[in-house]
Amino acid sequence: MPLVKGGKIADDTFTRLADDAPLPASGDILLSADRFVKDTDALLARAGKVGVIWPNSRDIDELVPHLVRLAAVALVFPTFRDGRAYSQARLLRERYAYRGELRATGQVLRDQFVFMLRAGFDSFEVKKQADAEAFAQTVKRYSVFYQPTGDGRVTALHRRMQLRHSEGVGT
Amino acid sequence: MYAYDEIDRTLVNERVSEFRDQVKRRLSGELTEDEFKILRLQNGVYLQLHAYMFRVAIPYGTLSSDQLRRLAHIARRYDRGYGHFTTRQNIQFNWIKLAELPDALADLAEVGIHAMQTSGNNMRNVTSDQWAGVAPGEIEDPRIWSELLRQHTTLHPEFSFLPRKFKIAITASDHDRAAIKIHDIGLRLVKNEKGETGFEVLVGGGLGRTPFIAKTIKHFVHGRDILSYVEAILRVYNQYGRRDNIYKARIKILVHELGIEKFSREVEEEWQHIRNSSLQIDDAVIEDIRSRFSYPAYEKLPHMPDELRQAAADPAFEAWRKNSVAPHKVQGYSIVTISLKPVGGPPGDATAEQMDALADLADKYSFGEIRVGHEQNLALPHVAKRDLPALWRALDKLGLATPNVNLISDIIACPGLDYCSLANARSIPIAQELTRRFANHELANLIGRLHINISGCINACGHHHVGHIGILGVEKNGEEVYQITIGGRADENAALGNLIGPGVKFEEVADVIEDVVEAYLALRERPEELFIDTVKRLGVEPFKERVYATR
Repeated sequence: MPLVKGGKIADDTFTRLADDAPLPASGDILLSADRFVKDTDALLARAGKVGVIWPNSRDIDELVPHLVRLAAVALVFPTFRDGRAYSQARLLRERYAYRGELRATGQVLRDQFVFMLRAGFDSFEVKKQADAEAFAQTVKRYSVFYQPTGDGRVTALHRRMQLRHSEGVGT
Repeated sequence: MYAYDEIDRTLVNERVSEFRDQVKRRLSGELTEDEFKILRLQNGVYLQLHAYMFRVAIPYGTLSSDQLRRLAHIARRYDRGYGHFTTRQNIQFNWIKLAELPDALADLAEVGIHAMQTSGNNMRNVTSDQWAGVAPGEIEDPRIWSELLRQHTTLHPEFSFLPRKFKIAITASDHDRAAIKIHDIGLRLVKNEKGETGFEVLVGGGLGRTPFIAKTIKHFVHGRDILSYVEAILRVYNQYGRRDNIYKARIKILVHELGIEKFSREVEEEWQHIRNSSLQIDDAVIEDIRSRFSYPAYEKLPHMPDELRQAAADPAFEAWRKNSVAPHKVQGYSIVTISLKPVGGPPGDATAEQMDALADLADKYSFGEIRVGHEQNLALPHVAKRDLPALWRALDKLGLATPNVNLISDIIACPGLDYCSLANARSIPIAQELTRRFANHELANLIGRLHINISGCINACGHHHVGHIGILGVEKNGEEVYQITIGGRADENAALGNLIGPGVKFEEVADVIEDVVEAYLALRERPEELFIDTVKRLGVEPFKERVYATR
């Protein structure tokens, strides 16, 4: 499954670690929430980055105390119809100021890219190769956004105000 | 009228290109039907019994004459020459070809119409009072706020994959014509003691399998906070609404399971985090939206022009005027409701020719504006009273002057088994038969205001729970069976109807309804007591006794 990061297909430095797999001495690892919660201190003490896969049915509050030490949070879309992780993503970025990698996993398809970017995701485990290849093109589909989110894009309401102001200055 | 600016036009055009690409990928097999389904739903495209159905949004029920002409064009060019107005200020076309949909959307986009989020588990078309801006005594024009919410809910990055569909309705009048109490969120415009505009917010209304009347979650939310408050409700719902069972996924179930107190605490907590964010709306933003609504330059006209006085001698005109013409906030003008319920016709249908002709009449008599109401009728919102007789003659020629607005044959019905793949039973033929039974205008007038609502399945698109008489078609042992309720209503005193007895067969429905009406005529205290009031006073029992005594 291709990973899109920084707007293009990239190598995944993280290795997914099963709950019963031995802990490697070094290297970047991605773990389940259960394993992370059970063994947080030991995991964070070792060399190499740690990321956690956080289920969409688990309260994000539980993760908040650990955010500063996490290199990646992977949120889950069990199917693309299940939109809970969009709320989790916005909370992590906008309320808890999480600045590490925020990864979309599960059924990640082309037609969700714009929503995901706006919610704060910056890396994507994309289901289909063709969708991953179309990433750069797909995210340019929209130039108008009605809602303010943490991604800093100017909303339609504000752009109107700016236009109005600049017109006012000219006359 | 709200006029799109370059920003709105750009977004709609970008949406059309995206959908064109999605259809292309579906036709090439790149997208599976399962993957494509949600994408097409988000663009108003259902797969029905015979073909794709295409549902187009008419936000808050306002249309310009050019927009109505374009809808006529869609009916003619891509469909079979007619469209069906729904109970949520949408129009549906029933015979669209998938490959032609992007072109149809592009044609609509040219006049500022779209089909975004008219189906799917997202925020649906924001609806409002079809008399918004012209009804006497209104707090203020609710369409300003409806448009603000339309924009905010369009392609929302967080709430486009909700547990289930989500509907918002807004009213600004004491008499609720927008049925806000049967919506996921109902907003009632109010003023606080300082004279500031805000909203009473209701939540958790809805029909379907488990009907609920919405409950008030907050008595006053200031206008500047309405987006953050709605966002807080949605965020709680998106995270905690049930996703394990489609029939328990609406917000009404979450509100019911948590209880309104706990639910409102959750929302309040979330709201405190986001109310002072960029979601707060300043006055300049509201004024900017308000400035893009245009209002007619009304003339100073007499309350009772000669034309109207003379026409009063014609009983056919008077019959129509009495139930189709309503007071306007400006002296000398009227609001004219146009019945889409001809005797023997499917409720809410209009032909392309009727739409074109009506657009011309709107240009001539109503400053180019048309409204669409949830009762599946249209309205011309600014008709000078002196023009009423001429307008009536023109409407009559088009088959659009049936004098039955708010009478028993002004029936609300879903498409039912004739079109819909969800339906268990037919709706339209029941409605057609009832309009024939009550075709006599004197009889209908004698009965007075009475709303019949028909749904062909438990999903309740015909709002049967809130009909004064509700008819629900179900399937039992391979046969269509109809359950009949009485006492429902969708207005400010919204209530769910109660069953009057065992279900009846298709052939018997009209007879039973006639018996219910006869029972009412015998039971009412005086001719002015409306059906709904007699049911409220006496309950179901006396009706049940009379209707089922001989069955």
